[in-house]
Amino acid sequence: MRLVVDLNKCQGYAQCAFLAPDVFAMHGEESLIYNPHAPEEQRERLARAVAACPVQAITADGLEDFTGEPGPGPGQVASDGR
Amino acid sequence: MPKAPLFRQITDFAHRADPYPLYEELRRTPVLHEEADGPFVISSYWDIEALLHDPRISSDATNLAAAGADELSHSDETGGLPPSFIRLDPPEHDRLRRIANRGFGPPRRPRRIEGMHGELEEIVAGLLDGLGDARQIDLVDQFAYPFPVTVICRLLGVPREDEPRFRAWVDPIVAGLDPDSRTSADSARAAQEARLQLGMYLSGLVEQRTREPRDDLLSDLVTSHGPDGSMTMMEVLATAVLLLIAGHETTVNLITNGMLTLLRHPDVLRRLARDPGLSVRIVEELLRYEPPVQIVPQRTCIADIEVRGVIIPKGSRIWLMLAAGNRDPERFKDPDRFDPDREDIQHLGFGSGVHSCFGAPLARLEAQIALAALARRLENPRLVADPPPYRQNAILRGPRHLEIAFDGLN
Amino acid sequence: MAGDYLDRLRREGRIVIVGASLAGLRAAETLRAEGFTGELTLIGDEPHEPYDRPPLSKSVLLGMASPRRTELPHRREIDAKWRLGIAATGLDLAAKRVRLADGDEVPYDRLLIATGVRARPWLKEDEARLDGVCLLRTRDDAADLVQRLDAGPRRVFVIGAGFAGSEVASACREKGIPVTVAERAGAPLVGALGGVIGAVAADLQTENGVDLRTHVTVTGLEGDSIGRVRAVHLSDESVVEADVVVVSLGSQRNTEWLTGSGLGAGPRGIACDAGCRAFDFRGIVTDDVFVAGDVARSPHALFGYQFLSLEHWGNAVAQAETAAHNMICHGADRRPHLWMPAFWSSMFGVNIKSVGVPPMGDQLMITQGSLAERRFVGVYGYQGRVIAAVTFDNARWLEFYARQIERGAPFPVEYPTMDRRPENRQPVAADFPDPSLPTHGPTVTLSGYSPADQQLVFHPARH
Repeated sequence: MRLVVDLNKCQGYAQCAFLAPDVFAMHGEESLIYNPHAPEEQRERLARAVAACPVQAITADGLEDFTGEPGPGPGQVASDGR
Repeated sequence: MPKAPLFRQITDFAHRADPYPLYEELRRTPVLHEEADGPFVISSYWDIEALLHDPRISSDATNLAAAGADELSHSDETGGLPPSFIRLDPPEHDRLRRIANRGFGPPRRPRRIEGMHGELEEIVAGLLDGLGDARQIDLVDQFAYPFPVTVICRLLGVPREDEPRFRAWVDPIVAGLDPDSRTSADSARAAQEARLQLGMYLSGLVEQRTREPRDDLLSDLVTSHGPDGSMTMMEVLATAVLLLIAGHETTVNLITNGMLTLLRHPDVLRRLARDPGLSVRIVEELLRYEPPVQIVPQRTCIADIEVRGVIIPKGSRIWLMLAAGNRDPERFKDPDRFDPDREDIQHLGFGSGVHSCFGAPLARLEAQIALAALARRLENPRLVADPPPYRQNAILRGPRHLEIAFDGLN
Repeated sequence: MAGDYLDRLRREGRIVIVGASLAGLRAAETLRAEGFTGELTLIGDEPHEPYDRPPLSKSVLLGMASPRRTELPHRREIDAKWRLGIAATGLDLAAKRVRLADGDEVPYDRLLIATGVRARPWLKEDEARLDGVCLLRTRDDAADLVQRLDAGPRRVFVIGAGFAGSEVASACREKGIPVTVAERAGAPLVGALGGVIGAVAADLQTENGVDLRTHVTVTGLEGDSIGRVRAVHLSDESVVEADVVVVSLGSQRNTEWLTGSGLGAGPRGIACDAGCRAFDFRGIVTDDVFVAGDVARSPHALFGYQFLSLEHWGNAVAQAETAAHNMICHGADRRPHLWMPAFWSSMFGVNIKSVGVPPMGDQLMITQGSLAERRFVGVYGYQGRVIAAVTFDNARWLEFYARQIERGAPFPVEYPTMDRRPENRQPVAADFPDPSLPTHGPTVTLSGYSPADQQLVFHPARH
């Protein structure tokens, strides 16, 4: 799954690094580094991290299978047929 | 009979079951100041959000005391212990919070909370299995309270079997936050005394951990020696009291408000029963729709500030109405609708800025796991009384009891 | 009729986007989101689909991510024709066609130029070709550099202590690799943040074991007998042995392909109006050519309508969205690009963020925290108002200062804050270097008040 964090929005609340520590990590107290290509087994944790971001800075694709049937996902994206 | 000023109605128990019409009225005057020495009440999302990030707004207990007491903002943190970091400003707040975080989260302990996932599920399963043949329960006493208490005990390293002892101190402290009881000097004294007693109880554990550290947060608090140095013994105790209380009192309400809301929205409850993953967004929407902390009342401004053309003079007390901001139609479309599918749930449920909730990741996991399990396992759950009886407290708002009938356990 | 034209354009027009990176992708998504159903073509010189660059100098160098896997998530389906790995080489404004390197020509009804920037290469071509002399801009650059760092070089030499160079140095130290950084100015980051903040950045580097050399330039790169770089010669006559040299001298705007097209394009970028419409070389605005991202320079209301070039990730996104919106809507519905400049960096475990335009500031006040503790908010003032702010590990306060900039709040900052230190009551000179000298990593370039204005004289790097 691809993801990108808008680090202008990010204020270092670290919710993502708590909830998906294999994808997101704090580098020091406040700066976030992350893997823009999260492996499939991180799907559930990534969904938690995306939803928990207090500033909604994380966009990920390929999460729509995880949360809920109707309704778009938090960083909802349709596949692009690639 | 003349109506009481709006800001006094906030603490009026009559609004407890449904404070949202009152909040809507509050939002009509975004900066509400009804009595010369009364607080400035801020109820709109963008204003609250801005003030939570305004470096001229202080959380410091001393500044607050100088601003004079009111029903919500008097300092409950007395009783011989220094203020905990929620009642301090930077740089002290930041220093203590960083030290507390060393044992709790990233960058040093990124997996501590995530690693409790399985344990949390086991505790929940244990509580539900323990219901036996019951067909009606009080969700608060039988589930929503014992679950987060067990969790915070394990995390801190406080013996679970001591719960009756510390509950006897926690109750008066939380009641001390309660606006009505606060009018009585007795209850304020009781809260101070209880905080001191709780501190003394924890000091026994802390001394033990100083000698023999274990893998728990208390040990980390006493043994932490980082770039910020260490906490003094009094700082450790103030922090431990804060974490113990905040670690469960708010989560009880998040879970109980959550189940109440789901029972009022059976379609969502049914979806959750089929799809536990939906709990992630349900919990975020709950933090918007029914936040367990409704008001941040302990702020003062240390300079004249302007909000929507109104000058709030230096030294004024400010109440930030988080739960009103969460229902602000200027911010959220159809704000009074509970809708976990909404794309934009950037709520104020955990506050924002430097004081944003320390325990948020744990509270999120606890609520997600608890609600998913309740939805899956309770067969045909129904509310026995709607609205349920509420606690007195206007800040930490939630039902005192939540009677649920059901047909059996899956 | 204009309305008819626009309806037809939206329904079955041809939109071409040159530049298939962040701005190009976000523009394409916005076009589709706003109802464009015609033919959409994205042209990119790199053979890869749009990927994100900031991780390349951070999580990728630290080993947390693969340089080959930073593709950007798509926000929606864009149903585009991709022409990747083929550079655009020319533009015929009259015939409305983009020429490609393979000789093909792509006709358009409306064109968006988002060709961005590239790393400024080492000036001496023979030295630049030495094995071990690296740039860091593309993912191929990153893959190459990661491999070299993983091979355990004896020493890495970084030329230029802007943000990119400093981030490389930080990653090297984290991996335990000895690193030397050479900077022409007196400290790192001075072009972007001034000398006062630069001094903090310098301390950060030296405390983390970087061999930082300031007030020096590189005079030559020395190779060994088989064409590998082995040493770096400096203007103070010293020689530093190094087997990897990272050239981090800022960037050049990708506008050469527009030479002779008649557009107002040059080394400072492509001038456009506040609605992202490109100017031609006469200063007359075009109506079917739009610009977005690093390559654009556009006037900004908050900063005296100066033309700004912003090499900022957030600007690329915001300007792409505005440009795309304006490309397919009626004149009255067009929006100005009024994005608040903002950027971030991360080095040696410190989070650095900024809003506004620091290089416009001539004075600086530390309004929260302290430089010595490396946790602070610095506010830049210009002509009596707040023009920018920077935070080191204090990001949660930054939006307050963004609002101060928006409303033109007075400077010096007189009000107390919770963590205002007594020694910081008075403003100090922000200490930016002479703006006529190029710096290694300006993230904002001010370039005057008219589309043709080149207020700043450009000096080629003298390293």
